[in-house]
Amino acid sequence: MKEIAVIGIGITKFGELWEKSLRDIAVESAINCLEDAGTDRIDSINIGCMSSGLFIGQEHLASLIADYLGRLDIPSSRVESACASGGLAVRNACMEIATGVSDYALAIGVEKMTDVSIGKATYALATVADQDYEAFHGITFPGLYAMLARAHMERYGTTREQLAQVSVKNHYNGSMNPNAQFPFKITRDTVLNSTMIADPLRLLDCSPVTDGAAAVLLTTVEEAKKLKKHPLVVISGFGSAADAIALCHRKELTELMAVKKSVAKALKMAGKTIDDIDFAEVHDCFTIAEILVLESMGVIGPGKGGPATVDGYTALDGKFPVNPSGGLKSKGHPVGATGVAQIFELVNQLRGNSGKRQIPGVKTGLAQNMGGSGGSSVCHILEAK
Amino acid sequence: MNVPRHWRETPERYRMEAAKCRKCGKISFPARLICPACSNKVFDKTNLSGKGKLLTYTIIRTAPEGFEDIVPYAVGIVEMEEGVRVMGQITDCDLANLKTGDKLISKFRRMNEEGKTGLIMYSYKFVPDVGI
Ligand SMILES: [Zn+2]
Repeated sequence: MKEIAVIGIGITKFGELWEKSLRDIAVESAINCLEDAGTDRIDSINIGCMSSGLFIGQEHLASLIADYLGRLDIPSSRVESACASGGLAVRNACMEIATGVSDYALAIGVEKMTDVSIGKATYALATVADQDYEAFHGITFPGLYAMLARAHMERYGTTREQLAQVSVKNHYNGSMNPNAQFPFKITRDTVLNSTMIADPLRLLDCSPVTDGAAAVLLTTVEEAKKLKKHPLVVISGFGSAADAIALCHRKELTELMAVKKSVAKALKMAGKTIDDIDFAEVHDCFTIAEILVLESMGVIGPGKGGPATVDGYTALDGKFPVNPSGGLKSKGHPVGATGVAQIFELVNQLRGNSGKRQIPGVKTGLAQNMGGSGGSSVCHILEAK
Repeated sequence: MNVPRHWRETPERYRMEAAKCRKCGKISFPARLICPACSNKVFDKTNLSGKGKLLTYTIIRTAPEGFEDIVPYAVGIVEMEEGVRVMGQITDCDLANLKTGDKLISKFRRMNEEGKTGLIMYSYKFVPDVGI
């Protein structure tokens, strides 16, 4: 298996991009990525998108994106694993490189969510759940995490204040991210007084509806060494895993087994333990999700995620910084783009290019991208060499 | 939702029909072709009693399309006395007094109406089990 390097990263502004279409933002992120890489060479296009069909009535992105990239000469594919679609596209690009099928593989994550009403967006997002046995009963995406939150609160004594702190921390980080949808700080009281969406989760516990795209260009370490444009960043491990799609068929409601397994696989491939990781971008689609992910990854013991967040363990200057980009909460969550945007942040941090939100001296970072309520998870481990 | 899609779930939605693995005894709801516990492929039909206790729940205040008229409403995961867990709405109760551990029983209720076809969908919902 060939060693994998990330040589280019690109992103669009995240937000309500009313003047731009899906094809516009996908291509814009790719242009930014290739410019960053300093090469135009691509041997395959790997697209991650959750639901262009429901959000804009457009499928067949493999053709659309290849066409508008002006690259009809190379293989193009689109993968879907709910909100982990972006991470899965990066994983596919990794396999293109690792197997030698492509020497240069482009991964693009994209979602255009604001062309529909909130009711239709809520419906589209609820399709990540079991349609016939969850969504049929009127459950929403926030509702699924609300049930997980209640289970965690009742089992471990996790508090509303602790959940709110996840949002406060991520908004603080995001206030230094110019690409973020909501680049401003918020207070704990603002979270606690925001509109109730699905008890016990409130509006500011939830990541927003966002348009955006991100792209990364992968090649072999051998090729990357020739380019020398940026400090070398490698992908040393990746892993993905699934769990039952319906919450009621999971063995545990206070642990995410797909997260646990995907992270364990990636660590094993990288020859590392969780203690070797300096920082992480994780899937905080809801405040409780960040706590569940940290505990399931083994960063913090079961039930300790809430108190650790309040104690600053996961803050930008904490022992284990989490979501320096602002996470899904502040940066925004264009679902299919999120997994690729996480890699964007890791690479920038590992190159030392993150400006005001740069974590000093980081060498190893982890990205965890979740599908649905934890029905799938994709993990990547990146290292500065 | 079209007619066949709702109609084919009739055994589950109208009678809570489940599948009991002939090898290991695990009950699956809805029925599956492969037992998730032992990979066996032979099952016997069994109907759930409808009785269970509430494991976790939420109260939906921002509803998806088709449910806007009934907010706020509760949705929870119920552990049935047969051991399987089922997601469903909890109704006929004061939402403010709902708590995990509550004893519930399933009732046959109107779920939703499909505008284009005029299809009225029925299913189980859960209500407090007061022993009558
Ligand atoms: Zn069995």
